[in-house]
Amino acid sequence: MSLLELDDVKVHFPVKKGLFFDRTVGHVYAVDGVSLSIEAGQTYGLVGESGCGKTTLGRAVLRLNDITDGGVVFDGTDLAKLPGEEMRAFRRRLQMVFQDPLGSLNPRQNIESILSEGMAAHGIGKDQTERREKIKAILAKVGLPSNALSRYPHEFSGGQRQRIGIARALVLEPDVIICDEPVSALDVSVQAQVINLLEELQESLGLTYLVIAHDLAVVRHISDVIGVMYLGGLVEEAPSDALYAGPRHPYTKALMSAVPVPDPEVEDRRERILLHGDLPSPANPPTGCRFHTRCPWVQETKCATERPPLLDTGDGHKVACHFTAEIEAGTVKQTLATGIEAVTGTETVAAEAVETAEGETPAGKPAAAGAPAEEPATVPAQADADATEQTEGSPKA
Amino acid sequence: MTILTNKADKIDRLAELTQSSETVAGSSLWREAFRRMRSSKMAIIGAAIIAAFVLVAIVGPMLAPHGPTAQNWRSEVFPNQGKFVGMRGENWFGLDHLGRDMFSRWLVGARQTLLVGVVSMLIGLIVGALVGVLSGAAATLGGKVGRRVDTVIMRFTDIMLSLPSLLLAVSIAAVLGQSLTTVMIAVGVVQIPIFARLLRGSMLVQGGADYVLAAKAVGIRRKRIVLTQILPNSLSPVIVQATLSLATAIIEAAALSYLGLGNPDPAVPEWGVMLSQAQRFFDNEPMMAAYPAIGIIITALGFTLLGESMREALDPKLRG
Repeated sequence: MSLLELDDVKVHFPVKKGLFFDRTVGHVYAVDGVSLSIEAGQTYGLVGESGCGKTTLGRAVLRLNDITDGGVVFDGTDLAKLPGEEMRAFRRRLQMVFQDPLGSLNPRQNIESILSEGMAAHGIGKDQTERREKIKAILAKVGLPSNALSRYPHEFSGGQRQRIGIARALVLEPDVIICDEPVSALDVSVQAQVINLLEELQESLGLTYLVIAHDLAVVRHISDVIGVMYLGGLVEEAPSDALYAGPRHPYTKALMSAVPVPDPEVEDRRERILLHGDLPSPANPPTGCRFHTRCPWVQETKCATERPPLLDTGDGHKVACHFTAEIEAGTVKQTLATGIEAVTGTETVAAEAVETAEGETPAGKPAAAGAPAEEPATVPAQADADATEQTEGSPKA
Repeated sequence: MTILTNKADKIDRLAELTQSSETVAGSSLWREAFRRMRSSKMAIIGAAIIAAFVLVAIVGPMLAPHGPTAQNWRSEVFPNQGKFVGMRGENWFGLDHLGRDMFSRWLVGARQTLLVGVVSMLIGLIVGALVGVLSGAAATLGGKVGRRVDTVIMRFTDIMLSLPSLLLAVSIAAVLGQSLTTVMIAVGVVQIPIFARLLRGSMLVQGGADYVLAAKAVGIRRKRIVLTQILPNSLSPVIVQATLSLATAIIEAAALSYLGLGNPDPAVPEWGVMLSQAQRFFDNEPMMAAYPAIGIIITALGFTLLGESMREALDPKLRG
């Protein structure tokens, strides 16, 4: 039995209008049916582009957002239906680390007060002296000096503030920590420190993490299992290595292809999948498969009408696509052919670069070829998108 | 694994190093704001004016050379014939239309003016802040019911705000009858919706901040979140408004006195009353109006200067 289990969680925000009385005119489907389970001691990474609902999902687990439907089962208790006071007690065991280290710390409280308040709320420690000893121990664990106690959040650096945020979660001795973009607001040099700290803490305290991030490198480094979210739903879930080695959902393929390879030769030649269009509005999501409006492999049957379930395709690799096997086998055609023709875009530019750069050192090439590579790719993609939309539309009409 | 322990060692050593600079007292935002205010000329001038005013209000009546209501020089002043007595050695500010010493009246009047200003500001601040906290707390953490409570309270303050302040004060003064207390209540009531709206708005902004969400996630009770998280961060605009409204209160009290709704007791002179009495003789003796007017203007300026510099000092965007 997993420690934390999400069962078809839905978070819909009502859109309200009206002069005197609020009238619900629609919903934003921020999270629309997500099921996942996290084993004790595991790190679950949740990735996806901005606006796909990953932060909302993280907050829903802690009931910081109202859950519209579905269940959040933590250690055998369904949190989604717990009354307020019982939920408050459960929050000791489920903690959160926030994205903005400064914004999530009260500017008018010193560190001791920030850290001890949660302990007092849950009755940890008899008095302030006992709490202070515990806080000092935790501060040492996260690498902060104990003289930090009487100081205020604005007197620390970004990385230190995030350590304070982690310490705030740790003083309550939680089982699960939800890290919502824990390092995206930090300098790259500090990111590694905080990530490593999180890993060390997991090892020494046996923590379970749900890490929400958009940085694929960070997620890969820290996660055991990774879930990919697109527009309020999971499209793929797999053990970290399997996902990075062989993404199966078209969206994940596109996402993974955006990660640069630190080898100029490979970087120049590798396949780069560029999607056309933007993320559709979660207030008016596409029918059927949420991704079908942008999918390079979109088919005329099923895709626009039927929402694909997240199915195991072997070895715990779950994919939500009607045509996973066919795409793997190459039996279905790419319909948005040039959408993926970033390959040709990259290659022609790369070829030109090779021609012009002949006699020169190839070192300057990737930088020169990298930037314009995206430009020509999107233009034909757009043109072809229009063409396919017309052909798609004709059978319906 | 060894890499990890190495790293842990490094962190420990770093912690020890930074620990050597023990007893670093943190500076809270309030303390920093105070430090910034001390280096602001505006704040110092404002504070100096206020200090002088408070000093005059406290010791003034004791220093007054003559009785404020004693008509000692009644025989020298003939208002009907336009004959007044201006500045002279014995009466520094001259005499008023009844032959009373203006300087003594001005000194005694300062205390009344300060009293009216402070008390009416406090009435507005305390009642307004209570209403504002109730409304703000209901709106941020009260859920659906709370939002409804907030809406009702706010519509009520909107109605109060939509009435012209002087009209409201005059109506209250008319209902309660003429007295110094009436003036204070009338001027105070006018300030209530301003404080209430300001605090509620400020709490609403803070209520959406990440640290409030974090406090909720940690499991702190809602009442405590309001008191320790939202309220301390919402207070600075209210403090600034309190300082500024002291100036407004003094002016409004003067206006009420001027309209004849102020303190009817001639034994206690007040700058507003003095101003209204001087009005009739403005053509012949403008100086009679000038002394109380200058007193009101300078005091109001002092409070405004202090309030403005406090606004700057408390602005978190200027922190650094």
